Amino acid sequence: MKFKSKSEKKELDMTPMIDITFLLIAFFMVLINFSEADQSERIKLPASELAKPPDKPLVEPVVLQIAEDGTTIFNGRTYEIRALRDQLDLYRRLQTSMNKPMSAATVVIRADGFAQSGTVQDVIQICRDLGMQNFKLRAKQSK
Amino acid sequence: MKRNRSQHKRIALDMTSMIDVVFLLLVFFVMTFKIVIPEGDFSIKMPPAAPSQPLDVDPPEPIRIRMRANEDGTLAGMYYGDDPLGTSFRELRGRVLREVTRRGGPDKADIDIELAPADNLHYGHVMEAITAVTGQIQNGNVYRICDQVKFAPRASTIPD
Repeated sequence: MKFKSKSEKKELDMTPMIDITFLLIAFFMVLINFSEADQSERIKLPASELAKPPDKPLVEPVVLQIAEDGTTIFNGRTYEIRALRDQLDLYRRLQTSMNKPMSAATVVIRADGFAQSGTVQDVIQICRDLGMQNFKLRAKQSK
Repeated sequence: MKRNRSQHKRIALDMTSMIDVVFLLLVFFVMTFKIVIPEGDFSIKMPPAAPSQPLDVDPPEPIRIRMRANEDGTLAGMYYGDDPLGTSFRELRGRVLREVTRRGGPDKADIDIELAPADNLHYGHVMEAITAVTGQIQNGNVYRICDQVKFAPRASTIPD
């Protein structure tokens, strides 16, 4: 008799476990954020209580990120500030050839809170030299 | 007899492979999960360096705010025009609010604020100053003070 019960396979009811697992998967799938190209982990944005997420997303913004050591990140690549000017000039020529004036472009600046403000102003100056006028300084929401 | 038997017998599916895949998916999503803190923007208007034609009327005098830094990049002091303000952003906000009110209130006054931070000042302090002059939160409501913030012209330090 004992032998019989050992050889018998015990069937666990997996239904609740699978339910919960699917719920977890759905939860993480909804919350996942793939737009990491524009958000470098190196940048620790300064916080501001007035920083509210925009009502509608910007149309094709130029995102420039400035790290604490003064290097800049554009399109997912790291550049020294001099090389950034060449890259932005290339971008300007590309956009102009597609009849998109640089004066209509919006530059989003994500600078580290410990970056030097002189570097931020240098980057803005480079963009102004290339004809860009609209700038947005990005901050993370505090509280 | 045969029919009866097959109706009562529960069909047991082999779930092992499905659970394997489901767990793999779960692990993938858990690993790539990142908490996203909401981010907001402060607009800064920087028109081209040289205006194409001279303006007929002089634009109103901007409020000039100078920010000095210690050697390590922390804030040493602020100046409203030529008046020293210390390091209090509250005081800065109060002065700007008074000036905006004097010129007709936040909706009517056409005032530019020109920030001139020291080159080695940490950018976080600049953001604090921009926050202070842009508006304030009272009882959960946002009150705008001045939207037109820009950086003062300065000599470039980009190496050629």
